[in-house]
Order: sequence, then C-alpha cells, then structure tokens
Amino acid sequence: MREVMTKSMARNIFYGGSLFFIIIFLGLSAQSHLYIRNVSTNEATLTDSVKKGKRIWEEKACINCHTLMGEGAYFAPELVNVMTRWGIDPEDHTGAMESLKAWMDAMPTGIEGRRQMPQFNLSDEEYQNLADFLLWADTIDAQDWPPNDAG
Amino acid sequence: MKYESQKIALAYMGVALGLFLIQVVMGLVIGWIYVSPNFLSELLPFNIGRMLHTNALVVWLITGFFGAAYFLVPEEAEREIHSVKLAYLQLIIMVVGTLGAVITYTFNLFEGNILLGKEGREFLEQPLWVKAGIVVAALMFLYNVTMTVLKGRKTAITNILLLGLWGLALLFLFAFYNPSNLALDKQYWWYVVHLWVEGVWELIMASILAYLMLKLTGVDREVVEKWLYVIVAAALFSGILGTGHHYYWIGTPAYWQWIGSIFSSLEIIPFFAMMAFAFVMVWKGRRDHPNKAALLWSLGCATLAFFGAGVWGFLHTLHGVNYYTHGTQITAAHGHLAFFGAYVSLNLAIMSYAMPIMRGRDPYNQVLNMASFWLMAGGMTFMTFTLTFAGTVQTHMQRVLGDGFMDVQEQLWVFYVMRFGSGVAVVLGAALFIYALAMPRREVIAAGAPAE
Ligand code: HEM
Ligand SMILES: [Fe+2]
Repeated sequence: MREVMTKSMARNIFYGGSLFFIIIFLGLSAQSHLYIRNVSTNEATLTDSVKKGKRIWEEKACINCHTLMGEGAYFAPELVNVMTRWGIDPEDHTGAMESLKAWMDAMPTGIEGRRQMPQFNLSDEEYQNLADFLLWADTIDAQDWPPNDAG
Repeated sequence: MKYESQKIALAYMGVALGLFLIQVVMGLVIGWIYVSPNFLSELLPFNIGRMLHTNALVVWLITGFFGAAYFLVPEEAEREIHSVKLAYLQLIIMVVGTLGAVITYTFNLFEGNILLGKEGREFLEQPLWVKAGIVVAALMFLYNVTMTVLKGRKTAITNILLLGLWGLALLFLFAFYNPSNLALDKQYWWYVVHLWVEGVWELIMASILAYLMLKLTGVDREVVEKWLYVIVAAALFSGILGTGHHYYWIGTPAYWQWIGSIFSSLEIIPFFAMMAFAFVMVWKGRRDHPNKAALLWSLGCATLAFFGAGVWGFLHTLHGVNYYTHGTQITAAHGHLAFFGAYVSLNLAIMSYAMPIMRGRDPYNQVLNMASFWLMAGGMTFMTFTLTFAGTVQTHMQRVLGDGFMDVQEQLWVFYVMRFGSGVAVVLGAALFIYALAMPRREVIAAGAPAE
C-alpha cells in the first residue's frame, strides 16, 4: 500500500468521498420524506385520535415487547397488522376498539408458562386512540410486508 | 502515564464498568423471562427490563468512549486536557441523568409527563430532561477535547476520533424529532440508530484500535494512520447509503431495496479491513508488549466485529432475505454479536490497556483478564448460534408457513434455555473482568521462564 497511496491521498479520498455520499443520502432522504407524506401514507386520515394513540403506544413502552413494522422487541407478536389478523374491517373503528379493549382488559392472564402482558388500565377513550393508531399504521404501504397475517 | 489529566479516564471507565454489570445482569433477568415467563411478571415486566438492558448498554459504551478519549487525547495532542474540572462535571451530569432514567423506568414515574416521563421509542426512551442532559454533557466533552486538540499536536487518530464523537452528538439531535406520522418517525429514528453503529461509531472504533495497535505493536505511525483513513473511508462510503437496509418495509420508496442491498453488503469491507489491519500490525510489529490481555481484546474485538457485524449483518441484509427474517430472532442474534464484538470488546480492550497504567500497576493481572475474555467471547458466540437457530426455525414456521407467533415461540423454548446458559457465562466473565482490573495486586501466575 505504501507505493500505491500516500497518507494525504487516503485522507483526501476519505473526506471528499464521505461528503459525496452524504449529499446523495440527504437528497434521497428528502425524496423519501415527500414520498412518505404524499404516497405511502395517508395524512388525511392521520387524525388527532391516531396521534394520541401513538403517544399512548410510546408511554406504555409497547415497543419493548412487540414489534411494529418489524422493529422493536421480539418477545410478543407483530402489531402493524393485528387488526387484519383479527379480521376487523379497516373502517370499523368501534369494532377495533372493542376487540382491543376485550383483549387488553383480560391481561395479564396469569397462565403458568405463558408470556404475560401487563394491565395498563386504559380508559375507553384511550382504547379508541390506540385502536385508531393501529388501524392507521396498517394502512401504510410497506411494500407488501409482512409476508402473511402471522406478522 | 505521561499526563496527569489522563487520570480522568479512570472515573469514566469505573462508571462504565458499573453500568456494564447492570446491563448484563438485566440481560440475564429478561433471558430468564424467556425461559420462565411468569418470573417477575407483575414486579418487572419484560419491557421495563429490556429498556434497562439496552439503555445501560448504550450509555456505558458512550461513557467508555469518553473515557478512552480523555485517556488518549493528551498523549496524542501532547498536552493536558483543557479543563479537568469540566470533565468531572460532565461525568456528574451523565451519572445523574442515568440514575434518573433508571429510576423513572423501574418505578414507572411521571408517566405521560412531557418533561419527566419516559418517551418510549426503542432505545430513545430517556425522559426529555435526560436527553437534554446528554446533549449538555456531550457539548462539554466536545468543547473540552476539541480545545485540547486545537492547541496541541494534530494526528489522524485524534482527527477521526473527534469526527466520530462530533457525529455521535449531532446525530443524537434526531432523537428530539418525533413526527406523529409513524413512517416518518421510523425514517429519522434510523438516523440515530443505524448512522451511529454503522457510521460514526465505526470511526471511533477504528481510531481507538489504531491507537492500541500503535502502542501494542510499535508499528510506524505513518502506516497505521494510512490504514486508518482507508478503513474509515470504506466505513462511510458503504454505511451511509447502507441505511437503506432499514428502509425496505417502513413506507419508504422501493428503490431502497436496491440501494440498501448493494451498499450494506459492502459494509463488510471496513470490518474485514479492521480485522486484517489488527492482525497484520501484530504480525509486522517489532514490539513485544507485556500487556497481552489488551492485545487479546484488541484482536478479539476486530475478529468478533467482523463476524457479528460483517457476516451476521450480511446474512439478513439482502432485501429478498430480509423480507422473511425482518424482526425475528435472526435480528436479535446479529444485534448481540455485533454490539459485543465491535463496541463492548473495544471498550474492554482500551480499559485493559489503560487501567493498569492509570493505577500504576505493572504487572497487572492479565491471566484472569484473559480468562474473562474467553468466558465472555465464548458465551456470546454460543448465544449467537442459539438465537440464529431459533431465528431460522421462526422464519420458516412464521414467515413461510404462516403459523401464529405465540405457537412458534413455544417451539423455540429449548433454544432460549441454551441462550440463558450462555448468558450465565457472560455475566461471570464480566464480573471476572472487573475483578481482574480492580482487585488483585499481583499476577496470579508468576511469569516463569518461557518454555524451552
Ligand atoms: C457494529 C456494527 C453493528 C451493530 C452494533 C448492529 C446492531 C444492530 C441492531 C441492534 C439491530 C436491531 C435494531 C432494531 O432494534 O430494530 C440491527 C439490525 C440490522 N442490522 Fe445491524 N449492526 C451492525 C452492523 C451491521 C452491518 C455491517 C450490517 C450489514 C452488512 C447490518 C445489518 C442489519 C440489518 C439488515 C438489520 C435489520 C434486521 C431486521 O430487518 O430486523 N448490521 N443491527
Ligand atoms: Fe443498519
């Protein structure tokens, strides 16, 4: 390597090349940002309830057991398609809320040898927010992921 | 120790090791929950334990990086740290923030409070006030170290190290941006997570390894620094666009499947180069440095990083594969060996080198330290295999056959039992490491005459 390249050449390649890739990355990031806002997600349906639901999702740290779009902890099921898995119609906000409430109210099951989910004591309004958030997440165009309803 | 202020590193490394112990013990607890799910289910639910496990990891690694910088910058810049007081104040802020986060998580305090409550995105759960504290601490650090370097000798090692640490702090600012659109949230979340471990942290890793090679092997600085530039160039050229491997299935455009697959496949190159660099330097080196433990950790770091990040990363990075493995135990297998190989081992390498010097303790207890390397490295390797097998079965059953998540997990129980066993080895190794650095006053085995 001594003959092929000097230290200052290596340094210049590093700085110049990195700058080049950063610029390309920022360009593609900007394009992706617009793509998300205009194409793959529907911001018209991103209601206040969905926003509140996202807050609840974060405050309870659901992500540290479940995955959401494949990211999170791998201890509990994928939730981006949970409403599909339960056979809830995407327009049926009340049905989504009732199913979610029924599920979460039954937690923890206490069944010996089964993974436990905590009791979060949500109000009906909070259940509605959370259900709306999960319904909305399910509408994101994620290139056909997950492969099947099992998530 | 040539410079008095290098001693700052001792406090940083001590704090880092304390958090390391918390991290692995919490890992053991949640590993046991996988085996016996009713364990602590009311007192400490899995999600809280996992937050403590991952947050302690990230914080101790960063604390260790700061310590490493305080140790090596005076030697490289050939002058004392700009302000010793500021460095200790910075550490106090970090400790207060860390304790604050731990208490907030454990007792679930201030839930929902904008300033005091936990924020709840993976790895970025810290309450807002703790995040602000981290930024303040990082600014104090950058000011302090940059001033030292500006007034002193400038070397490639300090250049790259500082660039990495500045990048770390700047990218962390994206942790404050949390859009309500989930897809956007994810797009920028990866700016912190991916661009850290597969971008700027690699600069930190390469520069600290370069410093260790310089000290341990006695190879020419010119040679080491040229390698260093080549390695970090390979890291950023591949790693920046490699971010695309997280943009396959989160609502980002389809072209990322190509860009992500191609560039993230190239990410194996810098890790291979670091491994080649470490071995070539040792091979060529004229110096027979007495600190064999630091050398073992340095070589172990480069090797395990190559396997954990490079090979196990490549395993699931092509979009055709990732479509099926995304978010399974395969991801967990890779995450564990990559973090351990690259960043845990790096920290333990520089600690093994620096601690005996700072404590005026030559010879140091390296036999126990080396035993701890084999315990930890063996444990982590075995853990990676068990999780990879679990992930393979999971991918097939859940993603190909479409079996339900909970049913599949039941089939994986035996792998989780073995994973727990490997975790025990790692915790014992960690405790032994700390003991070897902190306690014995002399070598347990007298250095006899070499055989023959
Ligand atoms: C030392 C460097 C690295 C570290 C510490 C690291 C760590 C991690 C961690 C913790 C995750 C899981 C993130 C989550 O919670 O969702 C992850 C995901 C991933 N990493 Fe790495 N990684 C490193 C390098 C690499 C490299 C070099 C590659 C590719 C060659 C790679 C490919 C991937 C992929 C494809 C995923 C996503 C997996 C999925 O779809 O679930 N990583 N990494
Ligand atoms: Fe990545």
